[in-house]
Parts: sequence; C-alpha cells; structure tokens
Amino acid sequence: MNTWRKMQQSYFLHSFLRDPLAVGSLFILLLLVIASFGAPLIAPHNPYDTTTIDILDSELPPIWLEKSDSRFLLGTDSQGRDMLSTMLYGMRVSIIIGLGAVFLQAVMGILIGLVAGYKGKRLDAFLMRLADVQLSFSTYMVAIFFGALFQAAFGMGMYEEFAIPLLIFIIGFAEWPQYARTVRASVMAEKKKEYVEAARVIGLRPGRIMWRHILPNTLTSVLVISTVQVANAIMSEAALSFIGLGMPVTRPSLGSLIKAGFDYIFSGSWWITLFPGLALVLLILSVNLLGDWLRDFLNPKLYKE
Amino acid sequence: MPRKTLISIQNVVKHFDISGGWLDQLKFSGGRLVRRKTVVRAVNDVSLDIEQGETLSVVGESGCGKSTLARTVMRLYPPDSGQVLYRGQRIDNLSSSDMKTYRTRMQMVFQDPYASLNPRMSVRQILEEPIRFLRGTLRRDEIQEAVAAIMLQVGVDPDWRDRYPHEFSGGQRQRISIARALAVDPEFIVADEPIAALDVSIQAQILNLMMDLQQERGLTYMFISHDLSVVKHISSRVAVMYLGTVCELARAGTVFQSPRHPYTQALLSAIPRLGEQGFRHERLKGDVPTPIQLPSGCVFHGRCRYADGRCVKEIPRLRQVDEQTMTACHAVEEGRI
Repeated sequence: MNTWRKMQQSYFLHSFLRDPLAVGSLFILLLLVIASFGAPLIAPHNPYDTTTIDILDSELPPIWLEKSDSRFLLGTDSQGRDMLSTMLYGMRVSIIIGLGAVFLQAVMGILIGLVAGYKGKRLDAFLMRLADVQLSFSTYMVAIFFGALFQAAFGMGMYEEFAIPLLIFIIGFAEWPQYARTVRASVMAEKKKEYVEAARVIGLRPGRIMWRHILPNTLTSVLVISTVQVANAIMSEAALSFIGLGMPVTRPSLGSLIKAGFDYIFSGSWWITLFPGLALVLLILSVNLLGDWLRDFLNPKLYKE
Repeated sequence: MPRKTLISIQNVVKHFDISGGWLDQLKFSGGRLVRRKTVVRAVNDVSLDIEQGETLSVVGESGCGKSTLARTVMRLYPPDSGQVLYRGQRIDNLSSSDMKTYRTRMQMVFQDPYASLNPRMSVRQILEEPIRFLRGTLRRDEIQEAVAAIMLQVGVDPDWRDRYPHEFSGGQRQRISIARALAVDPEFIVADEPIAALDVSIQAQILNLMMDLQQERGLTYMFISHDLSVVKHISSRVAVMYLGTVCELARAGTVFQSPRHPYTQALLSAIPRLGEQGFRHERLKGDVPTPIQLPSGCVFHGRCRYADGRCVKEIPRLRQVDEQTMTACHAVEEGRI
C-alpha cells in the first residue's frame, strides 16, 4: 500500500519537477498564499486597526521614490494605510472568497451532476435545463442582483459584516453549472462501464453506487476544473469589487484596492492601483498555470513534446 | 431422468427506446409533424429453461441480443414483458430489497476485465463489498478469511489483496472478477463472454478455472459467447440466437453434429478447421437486418434458402424436433429440410 503510494507520488513528483513553469507557479502561489495567510504576523501594519492609521500619511509613494517614508515599503493609499499590509490582508480575503466559492460550486455541481448523469431521463433533462437557465444569467448579473437586494434589505452596515459569506454564496451559486456539466459528462461515460453493472448485480443502492463507485472515477476532471474555477472566482470577486459590489473599502480585497486606487491614478498615485493589480495577475496566472500542468499530467493523451 | 429447472425464462421481450429526447422524436412525414419513437427490438419472445448443474451456452453474432438476455435474467434490465423464474419463483418483478436474497444466489461475470473492476478500488475492497453487503452477519476477520479463501480458489495470491486492478494482467483480472461473483457463494452464474477479451492462452486457463469451480461448487452457468469452439468445449446445451430470437436449442453434441436450423447450419459451417483447404462455409445472402425494423414472420427468411411464403408471414415457434433438439423453423417442422 505504502510503497505503491510512494511510487505514484514519485512519478507525480518527477513529472512535476520536469516542468519549470509548474514549479515556478507553485513557488509563487505558495509564497502568495503563505504571505497572505500569515499577514497578521508578517505585515508591518494592521490595516483593519484604524487607530494605527494616520490620514497625514496618505498617498505616500514607494520608498524608492522621492517624498517617501521608510515605514511604508510600497507606499500608502488614500487613507494612509500601508499598501503592502493592505495588499496582504486583501489577498487573504480574495483567496478565502475564491476557495469558498469553489467549494460551494463543487458541492452543488457535483451532487447535481452526479444525480443527473446517473438517473438520466426526465430528471437529467430538468436539471440540465436548470443549469442552462443559470448559465444564461451572467455571474455579474446574479451578483449585482443579490448584492443590491441584500444591501437594500439589511443596510450597508450589515452588508459590510457579511460581505465575505455573501460573495462566496453569490459566486458559488452562479457558477455551479460548470461543475454539474463536467461531472454529468463523466458520470454518463462511467456508468456504462461494467464495474457499475457489477455493483448493480450485487444489489447496491443507487446512492452507494454513485458515491463509492462512480464519483471517485470522475474526480480527475473535477480537480482540473477546480483550479480554473478558483482563478475564475477570484477574478469574479475582483471584478465585483471593482464595480463597487464586492468587498467594502474598510475590509478591502485585491479588487476593491484596485478600484480605490483607480480614483487617484490621474493625480499621480499610480502605486495604489498597480501593486494590487500585479498581485492579482500573479495570483491568477500561477493558479492557471498549475491547473494547466495538472490537466496535462492527468490526461496523458494531451502529451506536449 | 428430468433434471430440476433452476432458471426459467418465459416469453421475455426487451426493447430499447433509442429515439432520444422529445424534440428528436418529431419528424416530418407527409407534410405533417408526427412524433415517432425508434425502438431496438433486442430480445423478442425468448423462452429458455436452465437446469441445475448444467452449462447452457447462448451463441450468436454481435447484436443478436444474447447479452441483453443475460442482463435481463440478472435484472440489470427489467423485461418489457414475459417473466423470469428462479426455482419456480418469479423474480423479474421483485423490489430491490426482496431481490437481495436472490442476489446471493445468482451473480454475473463480465466480458471486459479492464472495465469490470473499479480502477479506484483495491482487490480487497472489490471482494469485500459484496460479502459485506449480502452476508452482513459476518465479522471483520471472517470477511478477511472469506476474501483470502476466494482469492486462493481462483488462483490469485491473497498477498496481492491490497493492489489495484491496473497492477494485474487481463487473465488475473478476470480471475478477480470471477472471485467477486463467487464471493457471495451463488449457485447460478451468468457469464457474459467472459473470455472474449483475453489472450487465447489465457482463455483456456479461465475456461478450465470455470469448469473446475463448477465441479467443486456445483454451479450452474449461463454462458454467453460467440466463440463456437469454446462453446463446444464447455456446454451441456446450446441455444443459438439470431436477431433477438432463439432459433435452435439442443444438447451441445447434437448441435455440432447435426444442426437443424438453416442459420445454425450456416453458422457452424463457418468454423475454420485445421488442415482444411479453401473455403467450405455456406455463404448467406445479404446482411443481418436491423433490429429496429425486424423482418415479418421468421426473422431469418430474407437470408434463408429454404424460405417460402409461410416463413414471410408466420413467426415460427420453438418446437421439439426430436429428443434432443428444439428448432424454430417452418421448413424443419414441415420436413422440407
């Protein structure tokens, strides 16, 4: 058991180490994730603590420019918060929303896809049309609708408090059809195989056949789209924040930081927008490149020489 | 001496609707929009009795409905009409919980050893699952023992129980597949072309294993195959199927020595023989008709050189011709052949 595991892992490791792009992406991704989740320890300032922020420090440039302050490595934003610290905290928010939304998408999509693919017929038709309807609304439309509804119903104060779970719900809910379709397609391929018939000959219940026999065989495709979806969810969150329907400025994500800086870009304070933007690009690029590598690894038919 | 009937298949019909969704069924015909279903008539009115302890082989070319028949017997497909009896007890309409008692008595071995074992489960998990589910009273160590015993019996080293299917060869996998079927100690096994996907040298091993197991455990087999030489070797009786119907049912020796139905005659003449010069097999005209639009009357009439007007109109029934053979053929019945 153990030796087999090790062998598999070593092949996995071997093909991973042979791809410098994948290694580089993982390195950057790990760096970003560790830095953002270790933000309370690493970050020089706490952007959530208003007592430490001085408005007189606002719009200071990064330290290699003139008129900078040695306390703020990447400068400060319009409220006098340290850019580096705010970015680290913001990236943490972005990653949490991305992962949370993908988790929700995956749970919903896998369950619906599994049932639709296995049961077929009417139920399948119904669930897939439901997915089509869901897909025909763009994520942003759903998000704007729910966000506006929530803000109107509970007020801005409440919204700021529940912004993270709300965004997770909105982005997760809007994108479940991606999972449902992928899972359904592989379930339909798997359920024709004889091992499923063998399980039925034993008399196992449909739930157990779906869960124990079919689901483990569809997980490779789930894994691959998960990476793409994490990047998508982080991007969706950034976009929503950019149009002002995401994270509030008091608890900024990367998207809301970019937006906040956008207002000052013409007054010369380009760093407020540029650095969060770079961090976002780096984060999404490394996730996507890792996802690409994973897809190639799990699908040997796509050898690229 | 009449032997006891274990499985009785009575007038089983199985059709498949392949017309797809509601929109796909709409067709223009004569200027009007009509909804038309496309149905594959896979098994049409098949009746067979399987006696305890025998090996009944079902042979026929691809698409003749032999696998569908096997799956209907195992209740993987519900029959559209007709019934399946197990020791006189009707089982085709039981609920899945009532069916559970019969699942321990009848099991199935599949064709493709690469598809019939779940690639994500170890051999131990594959073999434990049926035991746990169907013989739930066993303790953990008893299950372990049962798995080891069954692996030993089919000739796979029990030390390999924690390996995964992809680590075994085709023959070994088929042994594991047989072990899974035997794990619940059944008395009837449906084998759906169990050796068709294997190497010839391995085929013999698996066949011998199956025959040994039959002797040791008193198993009854329903053996689906298209390989006539294998069928000759293993069966006690043979049912020949063509386009969803049984056209001949006879003792194995009799079928191979004196086939009565014109289709069986043509089929057997196609077995290549060692040392034979040239081709001596009987050539049938035309192709196998599609099971979507079955020919009227005898399904074989379009390709049969003995066919006459009655064959086109009337469906022949399986009738006793002599002591050992049943044939569904008007010409045989009328003594024209």
